[in-house]
Amino acid sequence: MRIEREKGVKAMVRRKIVLHFPHEQVDKPVVSKLVRDYNIDFNILKASITPREEGLLVLELTGEEADYKRGLEYLSSCGISIQPLSQDIRRNEERCTHCGICTAVCPTLALYIDPESMEVRFDQEECVACELCIKVCPPRAMEIQY
Amino acid sequence: MAKTIAEINEKIKKGEAVVVTAEEIIDLVEEKGAEEAARSVDVITTGTFGPMCSSGAFLNLGHAKPRMKIQRAWLNDVPAYSGIAAVDVYIGAAETAENDPLNEVFPGEFLYGGGHVIEDLVAGRKVRLRAEAYGTDCYPNRSWEKEVTLDDLAEAWLYNPRNAYQNYNVAVNLSDRVIYTYMGVLRPDLVNANYCSAGQLSPLFNDPLFRTIGIGTRIFLGGGVGYVVGHGTQHHTDVPRSSSGAPSRPAGTLAVSGELRGMDPRYITGYSMLGYGSTLAVGLGIPIPVLDIEVLKAAAVRDEDLVAPVVDYSSDYPQGTGKILGEVNYSQLKSGSIEIDGKEVDTSSLSSYPRAREIAEILKDWISQGRFLLSQAVELLPCEDREGEGGEGDG
Repeated sequence: MRIEREKGVKAMVRRKIVLHFPHEQVDKPVVSKLVRDYNIDFNILKASITPREEGLLVLELTGEEADYKRGLEYLSSCGISIQPLSQDIRRNEERCTHCGICTAVCPTLALYIDPESMEVRFDQEECVACELCIKVCPPRAMEIQY
Repeated sequence: MAKTIAEINEKIKKGEAVVVTAEEIIDLVEEKGAEEAARSVDVITTGTFGPMCSSGAFLNLGHAKPRMKIQRAWLNDVPAYSGIAAVDVYIGAAETAENDPLNEVFPGEFLYGGGHVIEDLVAGRKVRLRAEAYGTDCYPNRSWEKEVTLDDLAEAWLYNPRNAYQNYNVAVNLSDRVIYTYMGVLRPDLVNANYCSAGQLSPLFNDPLFRTIGIGTRIFLGGGVGYVVGHGTQHHTDVPRSSSGAPSRPAGTLAVSGELRGMDPRYITGYSMLGYGSTLAVGLGIPIPVLDIEVLKAAAVRDEDLVAPVVDYSSDYPQGTGKILGEVNYSQLKSGSIEIDGKEVDTSSLSSYPRAREIAEILKDWISQGRFLLSQAVELLPCEDREGEGGEGDG
């Protein structure tokens, strides 16, 4: 979680979150309201709707801390469940063999090689849960947790 | 100042042998020079850990009551070859599970195959055996089902016809679509390059002309002890070489064998290659006795002196054209990017360097503690570039 302070005036936050929408919310313009009413910038990292019409949205939100809090309260009031993204992709340390082949597909360099030890490091802060590493990992050490 | 393996073994037994890894020898030679290093060092240990499809295990299942001559067998639904004696089977690393969707939903995941069966056995996990037979007078039983663990098996030997490739291709993709290969996922338009060798730690890069490694060489295999049983399949030694003798193309290979009991799933791991198949990652380490200064100089080879060919896996490899796009060295490959045709290309490895290091260290500990003696090869492996080749080859 990254918190930047701009000249000590207002605390800005930039966070990645996973939203699970109940099906009655899927067709509502929830995110645009975040921008308009709460002054929060968003970047969609992933969006999908399941066959049961429940929505999954992975967002990176940037805004002032107070606005961010109120924005999240608004989302909760719509019946949307919120999770920090970092909980989603985990590495099974027992299974990882540190080959490094996952680094070929990781788009954000969350998975990278430490040049000294040549081991694969996993920086959850940088992970956008694209899931490309899951199937590419030969011993299947990367796991999704919904 | 030439040493013999018998002399080195005497020192190992007394706990006096000087053992270093193939990484450590590089610094030592730089510091003290090759002559001094050859005098003081007795053994250099190597290591590698990567997917090696040409691997598998012979299992003797013990006899059923009544007896059975197995015609077809499955372990956790993975077919095992049973066209040998009654209850002997061979489970191959690349065998896919029955009912696996394979590549029907492309790219297939190949979550469980022969390599995973072998890992499960080594880990002590239960594996479900299913067998069928047509029945004979002496072997009347026609079907058999039970759970087995490694402890229940009469014998269980890893027998790998081709391991420890001496050098390998660097795989790239010149086409405009993603391809899924045994070298991993290759993105279109030359975006990434995948390689698969431990380079300066890799066993056969450290004894490039097979001056010490031969039939009967005792090795670290899968966390236990194994042996080189011969040259592997596709063993080609008539290849271009650097001045130190290191091949700049895939060259020699080893056939190895060792008892599964005593192995560790950390060094014998089932792999799933997306869109390709299942396989087994094998950990292998070979001790190199410093018989003379030439053996030492070859083992002191550095990543920057080891060269691999870059091959297009979208067309040249599948079509077998033999075309090579260029050459890069392992130091460049390990830096994270190489240059091909003026383009910067990201590199990733399939071979685990940290685990290769670990294996070389473990082997060094075993030898230093007197728990692992070197064996004299009964026959060296074929290599036309070795001096004196054509003689009796007793190294």
